[in-house]
Amino acid sequence: MSKSYRLAYEETFACVQCGYCLPKCPTYETTGVETQSPRGRINLVKLLAEEKISIDSAASSIELCLGCRACETACPTNVQYGTILQSAKELITKEMPSSKMELLLLEKGLPNKKWQKAAGRGLEIAQKTGMVSLARKAGIMRVFPESIQAMESIAPMIKMPKKKERKYRVLPPIGKKTYTVGFFVGCIMDMMFSKINDDSMKLLQLAGYEVTLIEEQTCCGALLHHSGKKRETIALAKKNIAVFEKYDFDFIINSIGGCGAMLVEYPELFDEHSEWHSRAEKFALRCKDISVLLAESSLPFTKEIRKVVAYQPSCHLRHVQKVIDEPHQLIKKIPGIDYRTFEKQDMCCGSAGIYNVVHYNEAMEVLDQKMTHIEKVEPDIIVTSNPGCHLQMKLGVEREGKTEKIKVVHIVELLAEACEIY
Amino acid sequence: MHAEIEKEIRQVINNKRRVLTNEADLASYSYDASFGVFPPDVVVQPTSTNEVVGIVKVANKHKTPIYPRGKGTSLSGGPLPVHGGIVLDFSKWTDTLIIEPDDLVAIVSPGVITADINKMANKFGLMYPPDPSSSHVSTIGGNLSENAGGPRGLKYGVTKDYVLGLEVVTADGEVIQTGGRTVKNVTGYDLTKLIVGSEGTLGIITKAILQLIPKPQSTGTLMVLFDDLFIAGKAISSILTGGILPSKLEIMDQASVVAVEQFDPLGLPTDIEALLLIELDGHPAAIEAEAKRVKEICLEIGAIKVKTAETKEEEAELWKARKLVSPAIVRKKPTKISEDATVPRSRIPEMFQRLKEIRDKYNIDLVVFGHAGDGNLHPNIIADKRNIEEMKRVEKAVEEIFKAALEMGGTLSGEHGIGMMKTPFMEMELGTTGLYMMKRIKEAWDPHNLLNPGKMFPDPGQRFALTNE
Repeated sequence: MSKSYRLAYEETFACVQCGYCLPKCPTYETTGVETQSPRGRINLVKLLAEEKISIDSAASSIELCLGCRACETACPTNVQYGTILQSAKELITKEMPSSKMELLLLEKGLPNKKWQKAAGRGLEIAQKTGMVSLARKAGIMRVFPESIQAMESIAPMIKMPKKKERKYRVLPPIGKKTYTVGFFVGCIMDMMFSKINDDSMKLLQLAGYEVTLIEEQTCCGALLHHSGKKRETIALAKKNIAVFEKYDFDFIINSIGGCGAMLVEYPELFDEHSEWHSRAEKFALRCKDISVLLAESSLPFTKEIRKVVAYQPSCHLRHVQKVIDEPHQLIKKIPGIDYRTFEKQDMCCGSAGIYNVVHYNEAMEVLDQKMTHIEKVEPDIIVTSNPGCHLQMKLGVEREGKTEKIKVVHIVELLAEACEIY
Repeated sequence: MHAEIEKEIRQVINNKRRVLTNEADLASYSYDASFGVFPPDVVVQPTSTNEVVGIVKVANKHKTPIYPRGKGTSLSGGPLPVHGGIVLDFSKWTDTLIIEPDDLVAIVSPGVITADINKMANKFGLMYPPDPSSSHVSTIGGNLSENAGGPRGLKYGVTKDYVLGLEVVTADGEVIQTGGRTVKNVTGYDLTKLIVGSEGTLGIITKAILQLIPKPQSTGTLMVLFDDLFIAGKAISSILTGGILPSKLEIMDQASVVAVEQFDPLGLPTDIEALLLIELDGHPAAIEAEAKRVKEICLEIGAIKVKTAETKEEEAELWKARKLVSPAIVRKKPTKISEDATVPRSRIPEMFQRLKEIRDKYNIDLVVFGHAGDGNLHPNIIADKRNIEEMKRVEKAVEEIFKAALEMGGTLSGEHGIGMMKTPFMEMELGTTGLYMMKRIKEAWDPHNLLNPGKMFPDPGQRFALTNE
């Protein structure tokens, strides 16, 4: 290991090895092995820094971490697990470059709007024209790894936001104007769930916010960051900070648990006391999840929804952004809803960015546990707050053979239905 | 470990995922929540008595040591594989958790999480009282081996007080049953109590029959503030002699309160010397009357303020201060040495005085909180284990804390066990003959010293150490 490389070694000393993180860790839960626990991983990073263990030995434990950071919420001594994990990921990425395919997807695909649109439109056309179902029937999908096949099977019908449909830039508030907000659309979100973004903006309008959509924004960088690509992440962060700085928004709102977490943690990408750090801090302070703003306002619910609802919190919304109560409050406010909590509700569903593609089997073990807990409350609807979780829950429902019985929706879709926004 | 042993173990455990030998896995089972680091040669995760018997026979054949382990929450080094060999990780063996309400017993396998037993018992209107702070993580097997305690120890005692019977694998790989499922049982030697708290040195617990009691209908909480630590100590005895047995009686000293206020301001006054948190349990009418009486007693003796929780939310709010002590104190420095020296209740004020002197003498960061009602204090020293000079001072201070406790008629351990951390002090408490008689029991049960060696009994010349230097 190159000596110049800095692992978050000092941070590992904050761990008193009490083990309180164990019951909250999804991979410890599924494997039952200390090596796949937060305490185990912190110890391995420490040993790595002390050069008492090889990168090869420690890598699989670090790579199999979902990064849900539930351990941080459970930790009685405030260990900065995210920082420790990130430092190890960056080291591993540097020393053991991942496959070319993954690199291409992450580095070129996600941040590139044209690429996304092309890919999205391609899928949209394929789905519309029945090419996908034809391919499925013909068994063509079988040439892809099981993980890709599984993802393809639950991918929503893609409907790209067409330029002419989104010719607005500023959406005026309905009723008295409270605040001005800039809206962050995300990339996967806007490719697969653009309607949720549209509904989000309409809900914000209904709640009295002036919503602005700016074209210049780019990918938040979360997936690159999780893969240990700090340099590329910083480039994207700078771009987002700079373009949003041009406007004087009270808040920058998103409906994506994972991206939201990345945005609020932008300051950590930069050296403290640097100019970019303080710009990032100002930016991050204004970034909020949509549920925070909507929970504060009074939405005009006009439709009763008589359904049993379970909510699967996004880890990055809950454990990183610490948005815990607002989604529950919002769901419970909807007239007619029978809201039910379930065992281990706050545990990760196994989606975790592209984890469920890269580590398919492990992700499915986590998902199957999640489904056994959710199914006990017999929900009609599972509510999510992040596109990754959304797709994962759909896959979970499909794996249980309950696609007809259980609907998976984003919290925004549920609220939009109750407010009769279509 | 030679390949032969691993091969034989794999014949016993026919599942690759439950026999771990790679470098990262061995590193992950080299520690617990105490200080030592000792990698084992192999980690095995048994899920049946037969498998344990098989592994013990392999160990016997090759004279390789075995160390039973739960979730590794031990603060005394109980499961550390100090001489290498086989770690038996019981955390996957969770298949049995049966409540038999008519007998008021629970039957459990060793990997079951302790809090889950109480949760399950609650469904039948019953309770499993021992509640170590780690109960939501720790396994019952580990609790039985270390004889774990908890805040409810004041009223309900420790783990050993709730064990009716055990299934144990002996050092020869035989299976025995001790005790049974009756509350009264006076047949022969009490092997059940002998095994509980023997820290895995006499036999390996593979099943337990635990006693349950009716669950109290309700709880009530009071917070009492004192500007004099000595008076706070006096108040503890006064409450008990005043005819009231709280379910919990916890204390925080000024340093703990200050740390909590700096960490998360709850509005506690920081000019006080001590804070008592008292939980009463039982019939709601009794709680109301007892809370009133506790308030009177405390004010009479000189408390400056008594706050009684009116709602469940207020109750949680009052206990929040106690919960925040750990995160609050480690903000200063990362290493936390939590001791559990215990003194007779009348000596609590004196123990506080001695702790103050030790703090000044060795110039260490020391805060005191813990289960004052049963004399089980937790002097916590905050240090930085990278600072060897400081750790040497801490070692000396800890030694003196133990001495002080013993001089007052107390004990080395109220609830954490001896493990490897406190072995050098065993003779100080038990005397030469006392320790020798214990050693003879060990030799009779485990003549080849295969079961958890290096625990409880000191090696010749062994001294207390918090560093690997």
